[in-house]
Amino acid sequence: MAENVTPRVRVPKEAAAGEVITIKTLISHPMESGQRKDKEGNLIPRSIINRFTCAFNGETVIDVAMEPAISTNPYFEFQAKVPQSGTFTFTWIDDDGSTYEDSKDIAVA
Amino acid sequence: MRQTLRTGAARVMLGLAGSAALATGAIAQEANLVIDGEIEIVTRAPAPDHMENVSEIVSGWEYRSPETQAVQMDDFENPGMIGVDNARADFSAAMGPDGQSCAACHDNPESLEGARAVYPKWDETKGEVQTLEMQVNECVTERAGAEAWNYTGTRMTEMIALISSVSRGLPVNVAIDGPAQPTWEQGKEIYYTRYGQLELACANCHEDNYDNMIRADHLSQGQINGFPTYRLKNGKLNAVHNRFKGCVRDTRAQTFAPGSPEFVALELYVASRGNGLSVEGPSVRN
Repeated sequence: MAENVTPRVRVPKEAAAGEVITIKTLISHPMESGQRKDKEGNLIPRSIINRFTCAFNGETVIDVAMEPAISTNPYFEFQAKVPQSGTFTFTWIDDDGSTYEDSKDIAVA
Repeated sequence: MRQTLRTGAARVMLGLAGSAALATGAIAQEANLVIDGEIEIVTRAPAPDHMENVSEIVSGWEYRSPETQAVQMDDFENPGMIGVDNARADFSAAMGPDGQSCAACHDNPESLEGARAVYPKWDETKGEVQTLEMQVNECVTERAGAEAWNYTGTRMTEMIALISSVSRGLPVNVAIDGPAQPTWEQGKEIYYTRYGQLELACANCHEDNYDNMIRADHLSQGQINGFPTYRLKNGKLNAVHNRFKGCVRDTRAQTFAPGSPEFVALELYVASRGNGLSVEGPSVRN
């Protein structure tokens, strides 16, 4: 339903074993709260991303439940400890059931 | 308990005072706006010769809080770059009866590097000063045969943001002599004319009182090198003519329309006041 949804993720390409790295994610999404009305006074139906997860080699890093008060284009910045080389996978789940995914590899030197 | 609370409050006050001092320090120091560790932006420069009352020109970035400044220093965090990404997709989107796109003539956005720095500029065939928006619409209507884009609409503003983004770091250098001079003079006239019930000219705030507070707002020099600007107050990219409109409205005057000859002249004049600063758009301001 939501148009032009583009996930963006920034993860360092490499890290030392056990290093704590910073991950930044941003997804363009209108995050319609369901509280606003259009010009005719009709309620604009809620359309938000209600869940965001990040996993490293299948193991959950964070799992966020998101509510209607979150602004347009939600941005998350968090940290993760990287024990070995692997892949971060990011998943956003929309109210309409669609999922948006992205993944980034990281090499441990 | 009360005692503890009071101490807590005092600490908060101290913290605030500390950060205010830091902010002032940042303004006094050399400019250090570097985007993504790559693009160096000149935020302070000697004023161009035509400016009689100002000796140094300063980008609006210098007047914002350290937090807002930091957002612009990283393209990933700059929400204006979302608009740039949209425009990048739009750049190769077909429009009009022949399915023309920007990319049909211009290959890629990077080929337009430098354009933002010299607009508005004189157009010989049209016999008038053209803004970048007018130039884009000329391409859209005359070259692609499509319907003109809304002058300050999202699509236009995002495209201008894209064209600006590839010129970031280049010095603003609009021509004010030759055939453009009468338009520039008209813009200067508007800049120094008091408008509205409050009888305020652009110069009253942005030349006489920059760096002072107007109620809760920290006045800048009103430079437009950072447009289109992502404003935290409305959460979107703002076109320069919309900003002019907002300023004139705040004087309680009937404003000129975005895209009108008056605002085009004013844009040329205000842009020329920033000759020497870097192109910054899309910048982040409050």
